Amino acid sequence: MTSEQLETLVTPEMHAKRDVWENELVSFPVSESDIRKWALASYWPEKPPRLFWDAAYAKGTRWDGIIAPQDFNPFAWPIDRPPGREADGPRTAPGTRGMNGGQVETFGVPMKPGDVITSRTRLKDWNERTTRLGLTLFTETEMEWRNQRGELVKTRISTGIRY
Amino acid sequence: MPVNVHFEDVKVGDEIPAWSRTTDFMNWNRYAAVNDEFVYIHMDDEAGRAALNERGAFGMGNLRYTYMLDALRDWIGDEAVIREVGLQFRAINQKHDTLTVTGKITDMRVEDGEHRVYLDMNVVNQDGQPTCPGHAVVVLPSRG
Repeated sequence: MTSEQLETLVTPEMHAKRDVWENELVSFPVSESDIRKWALASYWPEKPPRLFWDAAYAKGTRWDGIIAPQDFNPFAWPIDRPPGREADGPRTAPGTRGMNGGQVETFGVPMKPGDVITSRTRLKDWNERTTRLGLTLFTETEMEWRNQRGELVKTRISTGIRY
Repeated sequence: MPVNVHFEDVKVGDEIPAWSRTTDFMNWNRYAAVNDEFVYIHMDDEAGRAALNERGAFGMGNLRYTYMLDALRDWIGDEAVIREVGLQFRAINQKHDTLTVTGKITDMRVEDGEHRVYLDMNVVNQDGQPTCPGHAVVVLPSRG
């Protein structure tokens, strides 16, 4: 089947989930070592700023200690693996292929070592149209992260693309 | 603590210092490892071609987002705040591309007690092709 033969990629589940907060997750405590590795990977092959790995230096900044880079993901490496692409192998069938369309993130307080982050998400909206990839579904999802004190860490509006 | 740049030091039209990385599996695999982002299209040329990219595996959009944040942090220094960043992924990051983060100040305002600087952002490849137009809002220290 080609994507042109599919009538829609919108599912009944999507209608049911619209604007409903779900998928609440609680992270493991953020560790200094996780922050250091994240910074090394993201700045590779250059050395990352000391703010992300040098506790003595970071203590003298406005942050009073190490903070995580703003895109640090405390939800990486969960024990219980969500069902996904890894187990299924590459997805090649029309309507199952996906891409990251982009995002807007608004930041509150930074993440620090010892923080425990709670996340929740909701499906905000979608738009379906024919593109050069065939029938293509653009979904807009909102995510909110708060720390153990209830302070807002960030909100993200992300666009997913399925074709 | 030294400040890289004060609010009073910049003006609309200024550009941030260029920030570049040449990427391949060495960058992608490290990022995949910390972000637990093991997706075949970023790991395997055959999967990349099956996803309609003739040149095979391609880089993560999330890593280009990271580069945008890194470039902003390197520019503003440790005493400033990144308040918002957004982007759209319009083109693929191919293997061995040299990516350069660009940013240009479009507005400056004092809002909610913060000295905010607004920027148009992008990540441009070695051919000058913009790959992910976006925006950023940073809060700079003020001399005032």
